[in-house]
This record gives sequence, structure tokens and C-alpha cells, in this order.
Amino acid sequence: MNERARLLLELADDELVVGWRDSEWTGIAPTLEEDVAFSSIAQNEIGHARALYELVARERGTTADELAFDRSPDEYRCARLVELRLPEWEKTIARHYVYEEADAKRLERLKQSEDADIAGLAAKIDREEAYHRMHAQMWFDRLEGEPRFTSALDELRPLLETGRDENTSDLTELWDEMTIVRRSQPAGTKW
Amino acid sequence: MIFEVFRQEKKGQAFQHAGSVDAPDAAFAEAWAREQFGRRGESEALWLVAREAVHEVHDFPDEFDLKYRRVDGYSLKVRLKEARERAGTTPARAG
Amino acid sequence: MTEAQFVDYLHAGGQVEAGDWMPDEYRARLVKFIQMHGSSELMGVLPEREWILRAPTLQRKLALTAKVQDEVGHAQLIYRVVEDLGKSREDCLAELVAGEAKFHNVFHYPTKTWGDVGVIAWLVDAAAIISQKALLKCSYAPYARIMKKICWEESFHILHGRDVVLAMVTGTDAQRELVQEAIDRWWGPLMQFHGTKTPAEEDPMLHWRIKSQANEDARQQFLDGYVPQIRELGLTVPDPKLRRGADDVWEYTEPDWDELKAVVTGHGPRSAERLELRRRFLEQERWVREAVAA
Repeated sequence: MNERARLLLELADDELVVGWRDSEWTGIAPTLEEDVAFSSIAQNEIGHARALYELVARERGTTADELAFDRSPDEYRCARLVELRLPEWEKTIARHYVYEEADAKRLERLKQSEDADIAGLAAKIDREEAYHRMHAQMWFDRLEGEPRFTSALDELRPLLETGRDENTSDLTELWDEMTIVRRSQPAGTKW
Repeated sequence: MIFEVFRQEKKGQAFQHAGSVDAPDAAFAEAWAREQFGRRGESEALWLVAREAVHEVHDFPDEFDLKYRRVDGYSLKVRLKEARERAGTTPARAG
Repeated sequence: MTEAQFVDYLHAGGQVEAGDWMPDEYRARLVKFIQMHGSSELMGVLPEREWILRAPTLQRKLALTAKVQDEVGHAQLIYRVVEDLGKSREDCLAELVAGEAKFHNVFHYPTKTWGDVGVIAWLVDAAAIISQKALLKCSYAPYARIMKKICWEESFHILHGRDVVLAMVTGTDAQRELVQEAIDRWWGPLMQFHGTKTPAEEDPMLHWRIKSQANEDARQQFLDGYVPQIRELGLTVPDPKLRRGADDVWEYTEPDWDELKAVVTGHGPRSAERLELRRRFLEQERWVREAVAA
């Protein structure tokens, strides 16, 4: 795999998996207003993943869906941080905060890329991520006095840049669920 | 806290009441109203106003029926007919 | 104003706002009806959200997430209306998870396959939108106003549902089978959805101009619109008696009203499990709501 594809897949896989995890809260978030807002964030992340996959797909003659669904779990390049299943709000929001902070720095670097496609896409993504960062900061400001939130931050921060070369059982379970319908029919089936 | 949400659908149009959000402060109200009333790009802009800041006014007494201030306070038909007759300019009947 | 004058006012097309005087019975019926709508939106998300995680393409994943998000958004709008009528969101949610608040029959049933995802978005949402369009004329103006946004958003859901179904009926035999099987399972609940054939003159909801359409009219409208859509895809409706009579009125096997009654009082196949899920998350997240209470 060339360096460009590796970089793009890392970013795409992070966005796909964090978006998938965030979407688990649609319908059961702490307040109805937050449920709607957080679901938009989840959809944006998946939209970003799709655009990134499409960049890779073009040079490989494949499709975004095939990259998103049809690789095996050990081929995903996402960080351990995003793979974890976190059904507690304090952990999900702590992950959101940590992830957005790191993603902002990553996007700043990518916006300077000599590759016009990457720089352009990074700029587009960043314009949406600005709102994600505001949302994360808003929750941070409200929960920073809450011990379960601050200990979640401490617990999750170290997982940011680890685990790209191997995956957790959480990811394998997620992949099984993600692909169960798709795998029920032959490759190339239209849904 | 309840924040009333007004939305402007297109530039140039009036802001109309769209609903309300229950939020602890302006930051949350903005984040939440943005998605509830604008995630489809259906709003050009939103105004968020704390409910307690909205002052509703009813009751507009018109005990003496001051019609002169309204269009329906004027009936020109009779006088116009008389004026035309005097001037000999009564319009010819159609057909 | 007396109650009789209020009723005359409603029958002449009068509208009521949150701060207006209203008879106790009107307020009580409004709260109950609108609360049931809110409960239904909140419970309706549960059968569908399982499939958000299993959607087979990125496009379907996004569309289904957006659909469920809309339902939550509707619950938000609805509970705000109920709260402005005097009943808090917390009270409504507490009643819901205690099994004391009714919600529509269709949300008590399991979703078994991706075929259900298509059929629900296409046919269940279609049945709902017929009732919702009639509510645009509700005498209680704050509710009529939110119905505009709700109806507008529901129209996307039906298109999404139909698109999912069309992809499957033009796909593999197994996909087509999933759709037919889903229709076979959902037909009973769909026919019960609009409720018993209460005549308009006997329906208090019409007397108070809360609803503007009798239950049977809504059901006939659903059959008019959707039986042809089902049949044109070569799919069948599992009711041998279903036919359009000489007077253009649909005849059908009498729906199981006992089943409807049992289900809406919490004895459906998934009622207890779903209420338990809601209760568990509400409890678990109580500290968050307290942290964001102003």
C-alpha cells in the first residue's frame, strides 16, 4: 500500500468507526436535543469517511462502500480510541473531546498537503469539524468538575495513537454487526 | 431554560417562530437549535431568545371603532356616483 | 367563555394558543393525545436503531440514521408542546417507562430483517403521515404548527423506505423474499394502526377538533394509496378478502381489535424489553440531565 493510501485510510477508518460509535447514541442520548445534535455529528463523520474512501477508491478502481465494508477487520487502520464500545455518556463525550482535539491538529497538517485533493478535502472536513469542536468544548466546560468525566479523559487519551496495526475485539464485534446484512448476499448486490 | 427559536427561511424574509429548545445556556441552545432547525440547510439564520425575555402583548381595545385608520372605513361608491353624474362623466353601460 | 361557547368557537374553525383559557376536558384530552404521539416517536426509534448499525451501504446508513434522528427531533417538538400545556417532560418520560403511557401498536413489534427496515419506512410511515396530515388542522395551534415540520420531514422517510424496497425487489430473489415476508408480518398491525371504526359523531377527538379525520377514513386513504403501490411491484397483501368494492370502499378481513388493545396496553411482543431499555438509559443518564439543568 502506498503512503498516500495508508494516510487516507487511517483518517477514513477513524472517521468511519468514531461515526459508527457515535451513531449508537441516536435514540438513547441523555436529552432529546443532544440526541439530535450528536446524531448530526455521527452523520458528518461518516460523510467524511465516505469522501476519504472515495479518494482512495478512485486510484484503486474500487468503491467507498467496498473499502468501508468489505475489508477484513485486521485491515482497518483506525486507532484503538475509536474502536472501543463506550455505552456510558461520560466516556463517549470524553472520547469525542480527545478525538476532536487530535483531529484538529491532523487536519491542520493535511490542509498544507501538496496533494491538492487531500488539502481540499481536509479544508472541507475542517469547516464541519469546527462545529464538532464547539460541541465538544461546550460539554467539556459543563462536565470538567465531574470526576467520572475527568477520569474518562485520563483513561482514553493514551489510546489516541495506539492500535493502528492491530484491532480490538470491540472492532471485530462492530465489524460483524456492521457487515451482517451486507454479507448475507453475494458481493455486488444492490441495496 | 426555554429558548424560543425564530428562523429565517431565505434571506430577505421575516424571522418566524419555529419552536423552542430546553437548554442550560446560550452555548447549548445554539448547538441544539442549529441542528433541530437547520441541519437540512433549511434555514438562512436563527434567532434564539430566552423565553423570559419575550414580552407578549394581547388586547388591543377599539371601543370607538376608529375606522378612519383602515381601508374598510371608506366607502366612496355613493359620492363617486354623484360626482360623475354632476360632471357628466358617468361611464357608459357595458353591452 | 363557557364550554359551549368554546365548542362553538372550535366548530367555527377557531384556534387555541397555549395561554388561552380552555375547558379542563379539552386540555386533558390534548395532553393525553399529544403525549401519546411523543411516546410513539420515542418508542418508534428503538425498532429502527438496531438496523442503523447493520446498514449495508454508507448511503443507507446515513439515511436511516437521519430518519431515526428525525423521529427524536419530533419527540422534542412534541414534548415541548405538552410541557407548555402543563405537563413536564420528566413526568411524561417517567410514565412511559413505568408502562403507564400508551404508544402506537406498530412500535411494540420486532424488526427481524432488512426487509422490515424498508417496509416500516415505506408503509408504517405512510400510515402515520395520513394521520399527521389530518392533524395539520388541529384546533390547538402550537401542535398544528409543529405538525407542519413533522409532515415535511416524514415525506423523506417514505421516499427512503420505498427506495430501499425498490432496490430489494429488483435485486436477488432472497432480497425480494425479505420484503414479501416483512409485508406478511406487518400487514396485521398496519390494518390496526388507525384504530377502531369509531363513527365521527361519536369520536370526542373530532368533537374537540383535535383530530379532523375519522379512523376509518384514514384507513381507507391508506389502502387507496398503498395497495396499488404494493401490487405494482408484484408483491402481495396477505388478506384474501382485501378488495375495492363497487362503491370504491375497501373491504378487508376485520382487524384483530383484541390484539390491538392488548398491544397498546403494553403486552406486545417487544413492549417490555423496549420499555426496559428506555428505563435503563434514562436512569443511567439522570446525572447528565442534572448536570445540564440550568
